[in-house]
Amino acid sequence: MPNVEHPAYPAADLLHLEGLVPCRESQVSSLLSLFGERQQFSFPSIFIYGHTSSGKTYVMKTLLTTLQLPHVFVNCMEYFTSRLLLEEILTQLQSCPSGTEQTSPVRCDTLNDFVRLFKQALASQELQDQTLYIVLDRAEQLREMEPNILPAFLRLQELTDRNVTVILLSEIVWELFRPNIGCFEPFTMYFPDYSIGHLQKILSQNHPPEYSADFYAAYINILLGVFYMVCRDLKELRHLAALNFAKYCEPVVRGEANERDTRKLWKNIEPHLKKAMQTVYLREISSSQWERLQHDGGEPGQLKGLSAHTHVELPYYSKFLLIAAYLASYNPVRTDKRFFLKHHGKIRKTNFMKKHEKTSNHLLGPKPFPLDRLLAILYSIVDNRVAPTANIFSQITSLVTLQLLSMVGQNDQLDGPRYKCTVSLDFIRAIARTVNFDIIKYLYDFL
Amino acid sequence: MSTCSVSKGCFVFKPSAKKRRLSDKTAHDFRCTSNDSEDTELRFVTCQSLWNQIKSETEQIQENLNKQLLDNLVSFLSRSHSDFQEKTTEWTCRMKFREIPTAALVLGVNVTDHDLTFRGLSDILQDNITPYVALLEAKDCPGIKNLMQKLMGQLMKCDINVDSLEDEDSVQVSQNRIRCSMPSLISWYDSVTKKTNSETPSKKRNSSSRHWQSPPVVVIFKDMESFTTKVLQDFIVISSQHIHELPLVLIFGIATSPMIIHRLLPHSVSSLLCIELFQSLSCKEHLSTIIDKLCIVEHFYSQPLSVLCCHLADIKKRVYSLSHDQCENIRRLPSFRRYVEKQESGKQIELLTNDSFLKEETEKLLGDLHVYHENYVRILRCLHVFTSSLPKYPLGKQIRELHCACLENRVWETEEYESSLQLARMLNKTDLVTMLQQCVEILMSSSEKEFDRAVEKLKEFLTQFQNLEAEASQEQDVSVSPQKELQKKTDLYHLQKTLLELKESRRSKKLTKFEMLRFEVVDYIDSLVRRYLAPADERALHEIAYFNGAAVLRGHLNAAPRTALHTALNSPHWYLKNQALRCDGGGISNKAPDICIVYKLHLECGRLINLVDWLEAFSTVVMAAEEPNADAASSDQVDDVIHARFIRAVSELELLGFIKPSKQKTDHVARLTWGGC
Repeated sequence: MPNVEHPAYPAADLLHLEGLVPCRESQVSSLLSLFGERQQFSFPSIFIYGHTSSGKTYVMKTLLTTLQLPHVFVNCMEYFTSRLLLEEILTQLQSCPSGTEQTSPVRCDTLNDFVRLFKQALASQELQDQTLYIVLDRAEQLREMEPNILPAFLRLQELTDRNVTVILLSEIVWELFRPNIGCFEPFTMYFPDYSIGHLQKILSQNHPPEYSADFYAAYINILLGVFYMVCRDLKELRHLAALNFAKYCEPVVRGEANERDTRKLWKNIEPHLKKAMQTVYLREISSSQWERLQHDGGEPGQLKGLSAHTHVELPYYSKFLLIAAYLASYNPVRTDKRFFLKHHGKIRKTNFMKKHEKTSNHLLGPKPFPLDRLLAILYSIVDNRVAPTANIFSQITSLVTLQLLSMVGQNDQLDGPRYKCTVSLDFIRAIARTVNFDIIKYLYDFL
Repeated sequence: MSTCSVSKGCFVFKPSAKKRRLSDKTAHDFRCTSNDSEDTELRFVTCQSLWNQIKSETEQIQENLNKQLLDNLVSFLSRSHSDFQEKTTEWTCRMKFREIPTAALVLGVNVTDHDLTFRGLSDILQDNITPYVALLEAKDCPGIKNLMQKLMGQLMKCDINVDSLEDEDSVQVSQNRIRCSMPSLISWYDSVTKKTNSETPSKKRNSSSRHWQSPPVVVIFKDMESFTTKVLQDFIVISSQHIHELPLVLIFGIATSPMIIHRLLPHSVSSLLCIELFQSLSCKEHLSTIIDKLCIVEHFYSQPLSVLCCHLADIKKRVYSLSHDQCENIRRLPSFRRYVEKQESGKQIELLTNDSFLKEETEKLLGDLHVYHENYVRILRCLHVFTSSLPKYPLGKQIRELHCACLENRVWETEEYESSLQLARMLNKTDLVTMLQQCVEILMSSSEKEFDRAVEKLKEFLTQFQNLEAEASQEQDVSVSPQKELQKKTDLYHLQKTLLELKESRRSKKLTKFEMLRFEVVDYIDSLVRRYLAPADERALHEIAYFNGAAVLRGHLNAAPRTALHTALNSPHWYLKNQALRCDGGGISNKAPDICIVYKLHLECGRLINLVDWLEAFSTVVMAAEEPNADAASSDQVDDVIHARFIRAVSELELLGFIKPSKQKTDHVARLTWGGC
């Protein structure tokens, strides 16, 4: 019994469509009832939102192509200016129903031009008697363009006086779109996340031809058991499934187990999948490296991931500059005297500090400090005398370029620049170790 | 001209027509500065030839450094889109998400000229893999729009370069008319690849024989750290949607660590990439060799006798062509004088008066110097083998550190040397044997006969070590016996007695054979060091070949803008070469330029400077010269001209960054320098 029903479209097409969009039948049927028949005017604008890979783009595309509705599909991320976007819509419109070769490039700078050219294009393509659908994927990008673009698209039907419906797809809610000056409210529609059952169903759908559907479904079951906790992204899961399937089949290929030996297969694949979660899922090692590893039968331990290469080679004084910057960022100014003066006297932590300074500075994050303080600390932590040469000053700018320091407040260079140290404690400890500097001793938090 | 290095610094730009101009000019400079002009030409030529030799050597080093890296990269690139070629329809390929192949190229912070590396890389790529390479820099791409423009501009240009002249009009659409979007890029790519494929075979050889049917498009991000997150993310998301149509490969140039990728890109974006890591080698060594060689130019510049610093074969010829003046120069060398003083009186007079005798002697000494240097290098390397594996590296990790230590003073008198010998005496056998073997190899590579005996001796040590191994097994049997006795006896008294005996024997136990041998080896190495690693300035005529003015060099390499400014403002006579401006004891000369006076006065102030007081002080200093006009000075009114001069000087100081206007107090400026320099 088909869930998707509409009198205007042939039942065979609808059945086919239903097969293509599993677990999204209710959304499709409400969309269809919203669209109405081909020649009927639909709602001027529809806003569809839902989390990453909840099938928004896929459902829209499949729906429009299967039922052969005239449509234009544009990704707003790709056409990052309004001009590019409008021109792309017009170009697609020219080749819309027939799919003919691209004609002369269209020039369209403003929305006014767009409305005019749009009417022309519709007239020439003989589309007056059908609803034209303009789908704008990643519609949140529209907010970056001129302020008139979004409101105009929302009431394009009214502006052009043609049978057109604009569908916006986005991952964020409509409330974040609404401009201050108000606009036409689109019909909003939510695509919920796929549940684990949905995922199982969708992933099991296209199994490899060599193996039975049940066998593959069992594999998907194990895969979801491992990955569902961390990842619900359908695309990613499908990718992972494809990557690791060869390993799952290994016992079967070698003849050590048959296809129904679920327990044996599970024992074989489970540790492998866990390893995949720590490495390839986090993109610590790339998919191709992972596949090569699998193929050679090597251990993933051999390949070091991206985060294993944390070692940064810095010039000698840059290391000290970075250490000084770290100390300046995480120690309160008043403690400098205690750390860097010889006869500072005993200062007890509890009495000495104000209340708000008692919370760990590492929890609060780095604080900005002036250049002079950085240099003063530098001079007291470097053993030998450092001349204030151009080398030292240029190394500070280098550190900023490397994003190890960041400049606070982009004001005048002469105006005593202020910096923040952006590196982590582990990183600075590694750096300090290379120059035999015990940084923990100089940090107020660890006193 | 601009640099694209990640690290900021001072860069040397050579003029483009460097060869001719440079040599002419330097030759001229040489002539100007040295007073005894006769052999400047010769000196210059020697310097040039040595310099060229060094240059080619360093280039070789650089090439070798990058070779491995580039090879790996090239193989990665050729692998990356192999499936794009085959267009497989296999199940796994259909299911898998198409990721963008990405190479993360970690070049390190110390590599100043990433630019050169990248240019070399793109040249190699264009030769071997693909004509379509685009190099992007962060400063050109503040937004995605600029990035696309830049990318398409570069790609389409290189296309024109490849299939040279014909039908340019198809591609030669003016920049602003091209729509900078992915589809137009794809259609361009299609048209280009189709064209190359349908070309006649004769034409194929120059373009598509080197490349494949559909060569990948390589986009290099030179300085990954400086790109804004948004631009990168947008670009990756966009291109990942078209990866099926356009075989794109990204190369990220990373200066710090690959962690930056995760910091810049969220998981949703980085999951679109297929990242492989390539790490360039450490460039420390390479850099240090280059610095070493830089000393040479300075040496030739300042030392007239450097004419003698050349190959051994040429020495004889040159020594005999020395003029009388030059002989005098030799006699003036401190090391030569020391040498003369050690000789007997008859020979002393000969040396000081007879030129030809001096020449003979000089030749002999120079020969000695060469031999000394040869031996020195061998033994230095042997010593380095030992010291580089000691814990904590008392004599430094790198050979250059050791070299410095040896050149500066007698290395065996230093504490570090003592401690490293101590440590060497505690090495285990396997390490010791491998070290000895390395030393033997080093010494064997020398052509001199000098080390024959040393090699012999070391080999002898090695065989002794091998013999020890055989003996060791026998020894074990012996050592077991007392323990057995111990087990036999149960009487308390006897047990106590034997235990005491055992303890006694252990304390006074003679050194094992291995330990003895180890002492011998270390002592022998020590003796070699004492014999050959004497510092160079103890040798006669060392000034000819060794460069001593490290301080001068340091001055050339380390610019000190603050110090220079301070000197200029504090003691203007230094730069203006005018002794009249000189003033002693911290006083302020009123003849000095206004800015100097203002600067000196401001040094005496605190963080906030009262402008009125400052002006007062300034006018007092300036008026000091016009003493007779006492009544004018005493009046409160400051002369307008002086006021104007003061204002100008203050604004000059502000421009130089010494002061800035303060909002805390009216009529005050804040000092920006601290500690009064």
